[in-house]
Amino acid sequence: MAKTHISTSINGEPVEFLADPGSSLLDALRNTLGLTGTKEGCGTGDCGACSVTVDGRLVCSCLVLAVEAEGAEIATIEGMAQGEALHPLQRKFLEMAALQCGICTPGVLISARALLEKNPNPTETEVRFGLAGNLCRCTGYDKIVRAVMEAAAEMRETV
Amino acid sequence: MTDIRYLAPRTLDEAVAAFAAAQGAARILAGGTDLLVQMRAGVVRPGLIVDIKKIGEMTEIVEPPEGGFRIGAAVAGATLAEHPRFGKVWPGVLEAINLIGSKQVQGRASPGGNLCNGSPAGDSVPAMVAAGAVVTIQGPGGRRTLPVEAVPAGPHRTSLAPGEILVSFTLPPRPAGSSDAYLRMIPRTEMDIAVVGLGASLTLQGGVVTAARIGLGAVAPTVLLVEEAGKALIGSRLDDAALEAAAAACRAACRPIDDKRGTIAYRTRVAGVLLKRTVAIAAARAQGGN
Ligand SMILES: Cc1cc2nc3c(=O)[nH]c(=O)nc-3n(C[C@H](O)[C@H](O)[C@H](O)COP(=O)(O)OP(=O)(O)OC[C@H]3O[C@@H](n4cnc5c(N)ncnc54)[C@H](O)[C@@H]3O)c2cc1C
Ligand code: FES
Ligand code: FES
Repeated sequence: MAKTHISTSINGEPVEFLADPGSSLLDALRNTLGLTGTKEGCGTGDCGACSVTVDGRLVCSCLVLAVEAEGAEIATIEGMAQGEALHPLQRKFLEMAALQCGICTPGVLISARALLEKNPNPTETEVRFGLAGNLCRCTGYDKIVRAVMEAAAEMRETV
Repeated sequence: MTDIRYLAPRTLDEAVAAFAAAQGAARILAGGTDLLVQMRAGVVRPGLIVDIKKIGEMTEIVEPPEGGFRIGAAVAGATLAEHPRFGKVWPGVLEAINLIGSKQVQGRASPGGNLCNGSPAGDSVPAMVAAGAVVTIQGPGGRRTLPVEAVPAGPHRTSLAPGEILVSFTLPPRPAGSSDAYLRMIPRTEMDIAVVGLGASLTLQGGVVTAARIGLGAVAPTVLLVEEAGKALIGSRLDDAALEAAAAACRAACRPIDDKRGTIAYRTRVAGVLLKRTVAIAAARAQGGN
């Protein structure tokens, strides 16, 4: 079957790959490009484990076609840390034990970052609503919410 | 999935030509939040996917010189939320669209997809019906317009002819003293499907209702315009008798399903309750109370 040649940008790097027109961006990231930080929980938009941004917009990569990446700018969890330096959200998640099995964590981090970019000083309710598209079956969410609030506070101080 | 072709045309003419030529085998792709789920489940197996998001008219929000708004069918909820004026003029339509799914879903989900998917529980549809939105449709035979309530034809069916694409929603200019609201009843607070959804759009002058439209969702095979409910409100000061008459009209319009998420009796009763609550919010907004 004919595959389509796609030129895109992932975490600021130009990337080319061949995509099956019916396959998802999630499949391309994980299976074609080996970027397995983005997780698959449900494949139907319900869990948020596959969250990435496309042209700055938070989306579920399981609900985006791989061919839609043509000419777009994609950001995945692999681009979140700068080399060895973790993003404040990543650091707070570790310090405050905001993860257990970790399968939801990349998606939660990507959506938390998108939330803080729009709203650097969210209330707890805003954090909970902002992350409502990310399911976690381990933590009970409380530690996630606290870690996001702490990271937000730290990020406000450093700008 | 076997042999799917993907096209992202830059013009509507190209999109219509490709869509029509593929006959039943093609599907339009807006945000994909319904389509990709259906493809994954194997319910839909398109031979051709026509992505309409590269077409300017499909993704723009325009304030035409004659007033009102024209929203491209494929505009994402998140984009509409960022518009500086839309939510001030049509807070009910915006809140209905923004209720669709999570932030991630909002990044993609469009009002056109919500309408064309044809779910009786689509959240934006009752609000668009209440707003008096008119849709522009383009097909092999040219362009036509329809009131939004004429688009749904049954669960997951629309009145669009083969090869026709929904292009935009036109919302009318707003007289002073107008506003709208949308409420849905769901068993949870987020990420759920409406058991009842109700959109109300009102104009009040000196405390008297001069225009009112009510859209009702999830209680019949299609979203409904409840004309009797609007009529019961017009001329009133939203006194209890007028509100009860409008609520009764909503209950009378219900032909709901009975399922684990809501019985027929429950959905019918809630339709009346939501009428009163939604009208109260729209009236407060119309009178500047927001
Ligand atoms: C996790 C999750 C939660 C959700 N929650 C809600 C919710 O709370 N409320 C709700 O109402 N919906 C909900 N949905 C359903 C869905 O997000 C909405 O129906 C959304 O508005 C669909 O828009 P889209 O742009 O993604 O449509 P698409 O999936 O792109 O299209 C939907 C259908 O319409 C057709 N279509 C799209 N645009 C056009 C057009 N311009 N002309 C002709 N045909 C067209 C497509 O071919 C397809 O059949 C949810 C979905 C998910 C995955
Ligand atoms: S895998 Fe995409 S939302 Fe669950
Ligand atoms: S840490 Fe296990 S699902 Fe969230």
